[in-house]
Order: sequence, then structure tokens, then C-alpha cells
Amino acid sequence: MSLADELARKQRAISIAEFFEKNKHLLGFDSPTRGIITTVKEAVDNALDACEEAEVLPDIFVQVKKISEEVFRVTVEDNGPGIVPAQVPFVFGKLLYGSRFHQIKQSRGQQGIGISAAVLYAQLTTGVPSLVISRTDAKGPATRFELAIKIESNEPEIVSQKEVEWDRTHGTRVEIELRATLAAKKRLVDYLKYTSVVNPHARIRAEIDGEVSTFDRVSHDPIPLPCPIQPHPHGIEIGLLKRMAADSSLTLEGFLVESFSRVGKKAADEIIKKAGLAGSKKVKSLSGEEQKALLAAMQAVNIPAPPTTQCLSPIGEELIRKSLDKEFQLDFVKARTRPPSVYSGHPFVVETAIGYGGRLPSDEKAVILRFANRVPLMYQQGACAITQAIAGVNWRNYGLSQDGLPVGPALILVHVASTNVPFTSESKDAIAAIPEIEKEIDLALKDLGRELKTFLSRRDKQRVQEDRARALCAIIPEIAAKVAEVTGKPVPDTTPIEGRIMHRLVAKKWTSDGTVRIAVRNYTDKEVSPTIYDTSRDPAPDAAPKPEYAHVVEGDYTRVWKTTLKPGEGWEAKYAGAGGGTLDIQGVDEALKLVVDLDV
Amino acid sequence: MSKEEFDTLARTRLLAIALEWYNEMQGGEIPFIRLPTRTKANIEYDIESEVWKYGDRESLRAATSEKGALHLLKMAYVIGFIKQQLAENRSSTLRELYYISEGWKRAKFGAQDESNLLIEDLEIITDLQREAFHLRPEEDGATVFGPLRIREKTRRGVREIHCRDDVGEAGYQIPNDVETVEFLEHDAKFVIALETGGMYARLIENGFDEEHQAIVVHLKGQPARSTRRVLHRLNEQFGLPVTVFTDGDPWSYRIFASVAYGAIKSAHISELLATPRAQFIGVQPSDIRDYNLPADDLSDKDVDALKAELSDPRFDSPYWKGQINLQLEMKLKSEQQAFAARGLDFVTKEYLPSRLSEMGILGR
Repeated sequence: MSLADELARKQRAISIAEFFEKNKHLLGFDSPTRGIITTVKEAVDNALDACEEAEVLPDIFVQVKKISEEVFRVTVEDNGPGIVPAQVPFVFGKLLYGSRFHQIKQSRGQQGIGISAAVLYAQLTTGVPSLVISRTDAKGPATRFELAIKIESNEPEIVSQKEVEWDRTHGTRVEIELRATLAAKKRLVDYLKYTSVVNPHARIRAEIDGEVSTFDRVSHDPIPLPCPIQPHPHGIEIGLLKRMAADSSLTLEGFLVESFSRVGKKAADEIIKKAGLAGSKKVKSLSGEEQKALLAAMQAVNIPAPPTTQCLSPIGEELIRKSLDKEFQLDFVKARTRPPSVYSGHPFVVETAIGYGGRLPSDEKAVILRFANRVPLMYQQGACAITQAIAGVNWRNYGLSQDGLPVGPALILVHVASTNVPFTSESKDAIAAIPEIEKEIDLALKDLGRELKTFLSRRDKQRVQEDRARALCAIIPEIAAKVAEVTGKPVPDTTPIEGRIMHRLVAKKWTSDGTVRIAVRNYTDKEVSPTIYDTSRDPAPDAAPKPEYAHVVEGDYTRVWKTTLKPGEGWEAKYAGAGGGTLDIQGVDEALKLVVDLDV
Repeated sequence: MSKEEFDTLARTRLLAIALEWYNEMQGGEIPFIRLPTRTKANIEYDIESEVWKYGDRESLRAATSEKGALHLLKMAYVIGFIKQQLAENRSSTLRELYYISEGWKRAKFGAQDESNLLIEDLEIITDLQREAFHLRPEEDGATVFGPLRIREKTRRGVREIHCRDDVGEAGYQIPNDVETVEFLEHDAKFVIALETGGMYARLIENGFDEEHQAIVVHLKGQPARSTRRVLHRLNEQFGLPVTVFTDGDPWSYRIFASVAYGAIKSAHISELLATPRAQFIGVQPSDIRDYNLPADDLSDKDVDALKAELSDPRFDSPYWKGQINLQLEMKLKSEQQAFAARGLDFVTKEYLPSRLSEMGILGR
């Protein structure tokens, strides 16, 4: 036997599953810590996609339960349309099986690798088949599968299949048992939190190793389903062109006009001429050389950019703001959705948001939230074009300090949505440096940076004014008291002076000789209706006037009064006590009120 | 004016300030005070009194800002404190006032300078000196040596003292409140004021006072108010020429300027403190050149100070412009004791007699 024969005997097609087993890192399963996050991510992405296609508001339950020291069970359940029993084994038990692979529109998963890779990973690490329950219709029963993947052939292996009772009328539940650790528990919870931020229509309940969190929805409208578009001549590769040509019975001219975006008769003729081909020739019969010439001509001819709006589904400024505010309680949050744009024939849209203040740490680097097609990117922050674009902005211009990334109590969100998000690798952790995308991110961030700066300078100015006003409110009565003492006269009433300086609603609280007094005076030129919240450790049963409402939490008594004051009018309350605590006024514009605690 | 009358005057004028604020506040007005702006740009030469005084520029301190309100509050506290001090016939130093303010919470002074400035404000508003408020400075007054007889009212009785025959080699020390001292008689031709203790001692050791009938005064650097007041009175009461001998650097020229023309900080009482006819002996920049005195290089700060003096109205004369420009050219400065390079007697036997003759103080 020749050496060539011998080698030929050893050569065989390796199955994709075998390939995966050897290249787990490419798909985000490189470590047990990461494997669990990827598994949850793939299952949740699928659940959101399914709900989106059915245009239902997603209600997703995620559970991670420790089975033994090294084994965890991940359960993800959705209220999506369900999967017909015949398809279930392929969706979960065969890699590269998916409905979205050939569509040109924004979607989370694309290659159909994600969830079956998780099933395979589970199978490889624990040997336990994955469990899938799915129901498509309230009238029919649910079907329960135990599934594995035949590694050599990349075909599903149905370990068991039976009809079962299930409390959901439609939806899918998947349970995957894999060897993993929960070392990155915070990252997992963050992933769900961030997912909720970019999917404002979704509600996610999570029970991670006994810890329950709920991420509620802020929008009750299902997101509009992006419609697939035809490929654009500038964004096509030879493989896809060959497949499309093989499936088509049209002439070359008809093929170009019918199968591509933005190609009319004029553009088709120009392409055909440039490629040196005959427009009447059946596209199926083109030779390899002719196909190559066609592709080159398609990319050389000037063709309008593809339609961008229908195939993309940006979140929108309003919902990003609401979502961020819900999860982070910020002092400032602004979002920007850029107009759609195109790189290499692929439509994309960039959305950004900046949040400031709240409970964000003040002396650390800003929190960066990266998203691609509504999916949080949790790894390889440094390698991502988003991070580079953020670091490329001079944040000092906008009131933040900077050490590469901006530093301060800030949060920066960037979402890139595209029919083809250019990732740096198959694990989809980082977006590649595409100049068109970087430019859009940069423009949006600078736009928001200017708004942040306006907010910060307005806040600083307001703060200075507040400090000044508060100081004056405290100092002027002291001058009056001292001057009265020196001259031996009664203390003059300084309230008119305060009014002259302030032009606001001034609320004061002070304590003397065991009596706590609260005085509110309206120095504005409008009638106001303040609600007065007073909290101290005094029970104050003698409070006069009697509060409209009072309650006690762990020894802190809160009293609430309401009053209406015409310009120049005042209101007073007093009770016996030691004072301290806090005073707050609601129902009056922030810029028109001033609260002074004279005991401080 | 008796002490009691003087106290009543101080009390009335201070209370007038408080009363004005009281009436303003009673009427719903924001209390304020108006003071002359106390900078170099706002001092003017008063032809009649021949001294430099504050000009017309005023700054307004009103309780419309936190800073302004705090200033008024502190002033109200100080007025209250002085009122009590006058009533109890006590006195205190400026330093003590600063510490007393510790108990004033928000009205507490941040630094000694702040309380000193505030007292000066009160002097300006009331047209009285701080002694009227029973406040005295921390620093000692001048020492004087020479043919002068004085009478001092001390707390332990009235003393008559001859400033050469009745004192030790260090001389007679003038109290902080010069108004307790009466100048009785003298046998002097002129007064010579010296910046450094070393030169003061040199003149006494060499018998300069006797040889030339001079009253020797030690300025101790930038002279205290009482020192300047003594020079002013010696000049005014006895018509004695006053001469000033300092180091040859920009800071020493300012010592002379404050003796002759008054200080920017106390321009409101220049008339009482300044001696407009006082004459500068040296060290002049031209002396450094002519006597080839050992000298140091001017520092950057010295140069800046000299340049500032070129725009100071007090130095706006051909003599000073010439000397300062010469010094900027030479880039050198000398101390008055540098004359020792030519022997310990040189300054009293050669330099001073020659320079004083040139100035017309001593006949040849």
C-alpha cells in the first residue's frame, strides 16, 4: 500500500460536533466558569428571539441550581410560541441548525450553534442528556424530550420522548446539566440585568443558586419584528452568491434585480457590462470564473445603500433611558439613537446612553455596557471597538476625568445593531474595529457628552446657589440676633430679607428648649402646595397642627403635612422633642424651594 | 479727653454701626457696610497733611452673599466683644481676640490676619484707633537711646526717664500705647531710625549719639504703629529731623516708606503715624556702587518687588526712580552692616557724617 493510500485511509470528514469538542473556546465554553454563563446566555437569547418572532411580551424564568460540588443545572423557561415536536431534536441536538441562518435582518443568534453547543458541552462534561419541554398550543399537550448529540454524525439522539402535562399554554423549557462553577455569579446576574436593559419589553425572573432577582419590564409593547431584506451587492461573499445562483432559475439580469436590494435595471446592466457577461444568460449556468467576475463587478458599481429601517430594531432613546433608570437609579441619563448607516453593504445602527450619579461609584472607571443586537457582551472588553471608541473620546471636555476610559460615577452604554454584527471571533465577545461603526459611536458619545457637561455645570451652579442660599438663611438670623443683643433691642424679624434674597419657598427646621419648629414660607410669586415630610426620632404626639399622616419605622417617626401657600404666606408646625433627622419638601419645583436645617 | 469720655465715644461709635444694621434689618433691608478699598491702587497723596491716604474707591460688604454675611456677622460679634470689654475696663491683644473668637462658632476667625483686618475696618468706620477699643498689638514698641527726657504713666505710677542716663545699653522701651508717654525735653539735633539691632548697637557702642547729638531709634524691621507714632511726635513736637537708615533692598525701602508716607494697611491713620519729612539715608543703591560694598545678587522676588515699587505712588519721585532703576541695573543689594567690611568705625566716622552732611542734617 502506498503512503498516499495509507494516509487516505486515515483521512475522513470530521463532524462539526467533533470539531466543537476540540475548539470549545471558539464558542464561549473555554472554562467551567464561562460555560455556565454561555449556557444561560444562549438559552435566554433563544427565548427572547422566540418571543419576538411570536410578538409576545417575554416572560423568562432562569434558574441555576447546584446539583453537586461541580455540577449545576441551568433551567430556562419562556412563554414563546413553542417548537413543534418534530423540530425539537434538531433545534437542540444538531449544531448549525437554525431558521435564521439565511435571513438578512437583525437577530440575536444566527448560526444555530449556541444552544446545541450548550447541550453538547453538558453531554461532554456530565454525560446527562438535556431535557426540553415545549408546547405550541393550549389545545395540544406539551412534549418532553431527553436529548443528546451523536458526536460523530452531528445528529440528534432522542433518549426519551413523551407527552406531558405542563402549566404553560405555550413556551419552551430547557434544562441542561453541566460541569461548571459559579465563581462568576455576579457576572451572570449582571448579564441578566444588562439583558433586561436592552430588552425593555421583557421580564426576567432569576433564581441563581438560591438568590432571587426580578428584572421587570418598562415597556408593554412587543418590539416590532425586523423584516428580512435582500442582500446588498456590496455586502455579499462568494459562497452566498454561489448558493443563491444555484437556487435561481432566472436570467442574470432578472437575478440581479429580483434577488438584491437597491438593484434596478440600470444598475443590473451596469454590473453585467462591467463583468463582461450576457444579461440573458441563466444565472445557474455561470462558471466559477464568471461568478468571480460578477462578484467583483457587483462590488465595484455604485449602488445606493440598502434600506436600513425595516431590517433593524433599535431600542429607542426613551426605552433605554427608562431601562437604565430602573436598574441603576441615576441622577442623569440620556440616550441617543443614531440614524441607520451602512458598512460594506450591511445596515447597522448605533445607540448610546450616558448615565451619571446615583449609586455609581465615584472614583472608579465608568461602567461600560456593550451590546450587539440586544445581547450583552460580557468578555474581552479591551479588544472591543466599542471600548476603543469610548477611550478615544476626550471625556475631560465633558466634565469627567479620564484614565484611558472615563473615570467617575458614570455609565456608558453602547448598542450596535446590524444585520451582520462584525465580531472579532465566533465567541461573539467583541466587535471588530470597523471605521464606519467607530465613527457612529464616536459621534453619538460626543453628542451625549455635551449633554452631560450641560447637566454637570447646571448641577454645580445649582449646588453653589443652594449652598449660598442655605448659608444666608442661617447667617442672617444670627446677625439679627447678635445685633439685637449688642443694641439691647428685640430680635428683628428677618424673614422679609430672606424673601428678598431668595424668591423661593423656604422651609426651615430648628430646635430650641426641647421644642422642634418647622416653618415654611412662600417667597415666590406663585401659589404653591408643598407636602412637608419631617422625620426624627421624636414620637411627637403633640404635633400642632396635626400631621395628615404619620408612621414609624424602627424608631424613626415620619410626619407628613400638606398646605397651600399664597405668595408671602407662611406655615408653621411645632412639637416637643430633640429634633435632628431630616426635613423634605415635595410638590414644589426643585429650583423654587430651599430646605434649611438650622440644627446642623 | 478723659479716659471715660474716650471709652464712651468708642462705645457710641461702635454701637452706631450695630444700630444702623438693626434699623436696616427692621426695615426689611439687607444690612451692609461700605469701606475704602484697601489696595495700592487706592491710596492718594493728601497735599494738606502731606501723607498718603485712601482714595475714593469703596468696596461694599453686604449680607447678600455668604462671604459678605459672614463678614458682617463677625463684625457684630467683635462689636459685642469690645462693648463688653469697655464696660468691664479690660483690654486684650489682637492675638487674644483671635483666640476668643474660637467660641463664636460660625463667626470664628480663620486666621489672625482676618481679625486684624476686621479691627482696621472698625478703626476706619469709627475714625478711632484700636487703642480706643482697648486692643493692643502683640509686638513690642520701639527702643530709643539718646538725649531725650520722657514721662510715662505706668500702671505702677508716673516715671520720669532720661533715655540715655536712666537706661541700660539697650535703651528705653516705648509702650504699645504711646499716648501714655509725654516727651519733656531733649538735647538732640536729629533722630536716626535704624532697621537692624546690630546697627542700633553699633551706633550706641561707638558713641554716635553723644558725638552728633542724635536720638537713636531701633525700628525692628517693619516698624510697629507705636514706633512710627514716636517718630511722628518727635518730629512734630520738637521739630527734629527724622532720618532712616536701612538695608539696601526693596523690602527696606518699604520700611522707610511706611515711616515717611504711611502703610497701605493703615492709610486711614497716616496723619497720626507718618512723618512726611523723614529722610532716607541709605543704604542707597548708589552707595553700593560708590563704596564698593560687599553685595548679594538680587533674587527674582527682589526684582519683582523693585518693579512693584516703580508703580507704587509713594515712590513716585525722580530720586526713587533713579535709585531703583540703578539697582535693577546693578542687580545687587547690600545690608547696612556691610559697612563693617571697612572696619567697625567706618559707618559712624565716615559714612554717616558724610551722608548726613550731604543731606543738610549735619553742618560740615
